[in-house]
Amino acid sequence: MTDAPTSPAAPPSRFSPLDAVHRAAGATFTDFAGWQMPVRYSSDLAEHHAVRSAAGLFDLSHMAEFRVSGPEAAAFLDHALAGLLSATTIGQAKYSLLLAEQGGVIDDVVVYRLGDEEFLVVANASNREPVAAALEERRAGFDLVLTDESDETALVAVQGPASREILQRTEGFEAPGLDELRYYRSTPARFGGVPVLLARTGYTGEDGYELYLAPEHAEALWRAIETAGQPLGLVPAGLASRDTLRLEAGMPLYGHELSFETLPVQAGLGRVPALAKESFVGRDALVAGPPEGAPVLVGLVAEGRRAARAGYEVFPIDGGADAPPAGLVTSGALSPTLGHPIALAYVDPRLAAEGTEVTVDIRGTRLAFRTTTLPFYRRKKD
Amino acid sequence: MPENTELRYTAEHEWVLVEGSVATIGITAYAAAQLGDIVYLDLPDAGTEVAGGSIVGEIESTKSVGELFAPVDGTVVEKNEAVESSPELVNSDPLGEGWLLKVEFTELPELLSFDEYTALIGG
Repeated sequence: MTDAPTSPAAPPSRFSPLDAVHRAAGATFTDFAGWQMPVRYSSDLAEHHAVRSAAGLFDLSHMAEFRVSGPEAAAFLDHALAGLLSATTIGQAKYSLLLAEQGGVIDDVVVYRLGDEEFLVVANASNREPVAAALEERRAGFDLVLTDESDETALVAVQGPASREILQRTEGFEAPGLDELRYYRSTPARFGGVPVLLARTGYTGEDGYELYLAPEHAEALWRAIETAGQPLGLVPAGLASRDTLRLEAGMPLYGHELSFETLPVQAGLGRVPALAKESFVGRDALVAGPPEGAPVLVGLVAEGRRAARAGYEVFPIDGGADAPPAGLVTSGALSPTLGHPIALAYVDPRLAAEGTEVTVDIRGTRLAFRTTTLPFYRRKKD
Repeated sequence: MPENTELRYTAEHEWVLVEGSVATIGITAYAAAQLGDIVYLDLPDAGTEVAGGSIVGEIESTKSVGELFAPVDGTVVEKNEAVESSPELVNSDPLGEGWLLKVEFTELPELLSFDEYTALIGG
């Protein structure tokens, strides 16, 4: 409960361009991939509920952004990533995977096509270095410019059903394409004359937008959105609520559900790689598939209020008291929206059928869970 | 609700209010804030004998699991059933409605004063 001492070897903490805003708002901070980021402002449950019912404002400036431009940008991404990026249209966003030769996941990314020859690849903050290294290595022979713009890019997300109305009311924000912007599409916008990339994307399972811009303008944009949003129920929201929101939406988190050791098909992402492509890094391993009996990702639900958390072991109900574990929880929480425990777990494929009864060892007590289809929560489409 | 200065404290971020031979126990506002929103409590039933310094219950927030330590040797005479059904009381009123246990004790160990506890949390 005290701040960990900074070891001499540890790199210094990095701070968001919005750091002063968060401190003034009384946020509690956490170290996330070397960044000091807001974990909550007041109540993570209240922030979670605000996103489901109205809107939340997130600072995601720690995320990593890579710009790829040039005549062979699309061909390069088809080679470097698992998806068919050359088939996207300008303004389209696509969820994709950066795979190792062995088929494991180096990172999951969102790719925005900004032009015929221009893409923005957004990666997890924790994977900035491995993504940069993999892209750099794979670009050999392609005619393009690859730039790591992470330090020159701030990212603010407005998530929740009131998001569009809030952006419509945000002073100084001009986005002619806002009203027609479809899900997983982006459009150029401006804030006080400064360019903003406006995307209808997010990681909460709710409708919402992500706004990329130069860091020196992030604070003014944050304040303008907050001012416009407060009457509509918007609150600043931290990483704690972001985690419970994405978990309810059944979205994987790198380092929990995705890793270098896990093939996409095991994580339920078998449709993300475009195996129809002749070649891309990792394709041969995906065609070969995981070994027989490799664990697969499932959703787990239970009654009561005790959450299964990352690292807890899953057991078959018919295996007897001495049976070895048949799975491992990777993320879990008491779902704020649903009111019961939810978890993601890798289990033996024999336990993966929907409705299979299992137990989870919660700090020495075996509690009943059953497998379910994902997501746990799905927003009502309007 | 007791004043901060009337209370005794432990290094495990619990407060103790002594009235006769009964100690009322809860967690401090600092601990509640550090845990975040509390969503589940597992408390020992009345009649349970507890040993000072041992783990007697759990306090779960959305993000983490905290342990509840018995600050004194004794017997639980009452647990706060209201916080089991409404764990948010521990966040909203940690020194009042968010109390956790009443323990009848025989001997009171040395506990921290308000000033000592404040120094401990760097206040």
